[in-house]
Amino acid sequence: MKNYDKLLNDLAPQKFGKKGVIWTISLVVLIVLGIIAYIDQIIRGQVVTNMNDYALWGVYISNFVFFVATSFVGTVTVAVLRLTKNAWRTPIVRIAEIISVSAIIMAGLTITIDMGRPDRLLNLFIHGRMQSPITWDVIIIPTYIMVSLLLLYFPLLPDFGLLNKYYKEKKPTLSKWYGKLSLNWTGSEAQKSIQLKSIHIIAILIVPVGFMLQTIDAWLFSTLFRVGWDSTNMGAYFISGAAVAGVGALVCVVYVLQKAYKLEEYITDFHFDKLGKFLVLTCLIYLYFNLNEYLIPQLTSKKESTTHINVLMEGQFAPLFWFVIIGGLMIPVIILLFKKGRKPFPMFLVSLLVVTGSWWKRYLIVTPTLLHPFLPIQGVPEEWRHYFPSLHEWLITIATLAMSLLIITILVRYVPIIPIQRTADEREELELNKNTEK
Amino acid sequence: MKNKNTDSRRKFLDNGLKLGLITAIGAVGLTKIASKLSAKNSETSTGKMELMTTDGTIIEVDSSEVKQIVHTKITEEYDVREGMPNRKFVMVIDLAKCKNALKCQTACNKQHYITGNHAWLKVYKMQEDEDTAPYWMPTTCMHCDHPACVTVCPVDATFKRRDGLVLIDNERCIGCRFCMAACPYSTRVFNWSEPNQGEITMLMEMEHQTEHNSVEFAGLPSVKGTVDKCDFCPHTIKENELPHCVTACPNGVFYFGDKYEDTVTNGEETLRLSKLLKDKAGYRLMEGLGTKPSVYYLPPVDRLVDFKEGLENFTDYKSVDKPE
Repeated sequence: MKNYDKLLNDLAPQKFGKKGVIWTISLVVLIVLGIIAYIDQIIRGQVVTNMNDYALWGVYISNFVFFVATSFVGTVTVAVLRLTKNAWRTPIVRIAEIISVSAIIMAGLTITIDMGRPDRLLNLFIHGRMQSPITWDVIIIPTYIMVSLLLLYFPLLPDFGLLNKYYKEKKPTLSKWYGKLSLNWTGSEAQKSIQLKSIHIIAILIVPVGFMLQTIDAWLFSTLFRVGWDSTNMGAYFISGAAVAGVGALVCVVYVLQKAYKLEEYITDFHFDKLGKFLVLTCLIYLYFNLNEYLIPQLTSKKESTTHINVLMEGQFAPLFWFVIIGGLMIPVIILLFKKGRKPFPMFLVSLLVVTGSWWKRYLIVTPTLLHPFLPIQGVPEEWRHYFPSLHEWLITIATLAMSLLIITILVRYVPIIPIQRTADEREELELNKNTEK
Repeated sequence: MKNKNTDSRRKFLDNGLKLGLITAIGAVGLTKIASKLSAKNSETSTGKMELMTTDGTIIEVDSSEVKQIVHTKITEEYDVREGMPNRKFVMVIDLAKCKNALKCQTACNKQHYITGNHAWLKVYKMQEDEDTAPYWMPTTCMHCDHPACVTVCPVDATFKRRDGLVLIDNERCIGCRFCMAACPYSTRVFNWSEPNQGEITMLMEMEHQTEHNSVEFAGLPSVKGTVDKCDFCPHTIKENELPHCVTACPNGVFYFGDKYEDTVTNGEETLRLSKLLKDKAGYRLMEGLGTKPSVYYLPPVDRLVDFKEGLENFTDYKSVDKPE
């Protein structure tokens, strides 16, 4: 038990400091503002948004797609790194799982914000029809929520067991909770083998489920006729984009937590270096699919696609488009290719760029297409030819982002962000190897 | 050791297959026998019966063979999801005659109590290319036979009827607007706020028996947070009248009719649909998408009117007159 003491002292969830409290309160304030705006939207109808019969989907949908994409981080880091036996993942997997859970829960919530009649939500189950891509979404999102929750929970069992003992005298009520959550974890061989097996099954399971989730999200668009969506590229495009958004978000959160909890001993430059390389890989794959998505239609230059792509490359969306491509993908790749670029602080800045780029990228997938329907836009008010989110939309969207961060914050408060048991095991193994070498 | 293993596995598989096959055959046989047995049991032969066939000859059959058929009741009741039996409504729009008088739109807006900024019926100013002539093109809902909107609706709120109409159950619509995104003709509109249709809402409140989505008020009154669109006026069809746009048009642009009867009429002349489409080279909008619209267009050739005349009425930013 002795070797756990330092680990537990370092890694057991801690009370927030002053900064933590301010952070949490500001998140709550943002959420409350968003809720007020949402209530107003329910009372007055979606007329409070800047959406219209042409721009019929807006920032709510692109924000939803962003959350779905970010939730992919669970699949990509936890499962893929686990199945490929990349040992460096240990101190960051828990954080990835937490982001994943928070993002997918928020994806489920945000989609209802876009509904004109949220009061009829149950119709999706009463009258649900299998041929609609929305029904596929209704099935896959709860599935992914469950699988991600399990992927977060099972590896936590031994840590909850440890925390149960650790807090026994200091905080009996907290300890009791940890004890209950640990499902009577004793650390026996039998328990360990069941736990390992379960984790392995879920890690394999989450790969197809995650891929399905991203693909269905892509199919929400590619099953429609509209130019810019009607593309066979969409499934792979969304999966690779999700990896970028997910890993980008992971780097951000890892950096912030490393600084806030002084975890330099556990999350080292080595880990950032690896994460940086991983981010470069995902960005390059995504750039490849972007090439497919934009350059090939430009080459065949069908009239409608040319209009669409011109609007993006030189029209009203050009600044955003180039910010996303250059700022959100190319510059990060260039910076991260250098060893110095993969140090924690530059990586943090790069990942902020990547995440912002990823968010706006979803906006660019949803909005411009809608503003260029097959028949010309005529006979409607002038302002219906453009779209930019209204104050209500911004307040609500910011609130959903804040809520996602709040979920992460709460989980970080009560769950050890670095797997204690696993770190201990790995260190022991390392010691053992050292001794035998000598 | 390895060989033996695979051998025994193969044997096991072989046996399994055989066993499965036998079970399947056995099961089929058993059900046959069982059905025969039960048939014999139910037989209560009470002698022969004389019947007349359709061509007038008398035949004798065992009375046990005679069964009473329950006639499917042809109800007078109107099922709004089924539509009118044995009809298939189509529309033909003659672009050669349209001069953007916009009477169709005004009538439609009035009759459907449209209060938003969006008309269900639009007249587009079209020009395919700078070298080709401009023309006016009215569009309604295409009431497609392969409606993309119906395919993507998650709750079956928008549906396709046997008589060809695509309608919306706005008591079920959840307002996801997926159908609007799916429609390539941008025909669907959304009630972003409370529609406030005054007269019609009052009327419905007064006549409690008149249900939402009944014939008289297909899809009316509009409901906040749900989708609306052109409904081909089932309330007028039911009364053997033409849709409002057809009767309102001073130039006889719109022809409405039944594909099964092969006739369409604009109120003044009644024409054979098939002949009209052949003679005037009728086409449908965006045929390539495979939506199979029920609305046909006749190309804008040999026009009687100048395109420019229509420009007087053309407002780029307004299609609904609003009381000040």
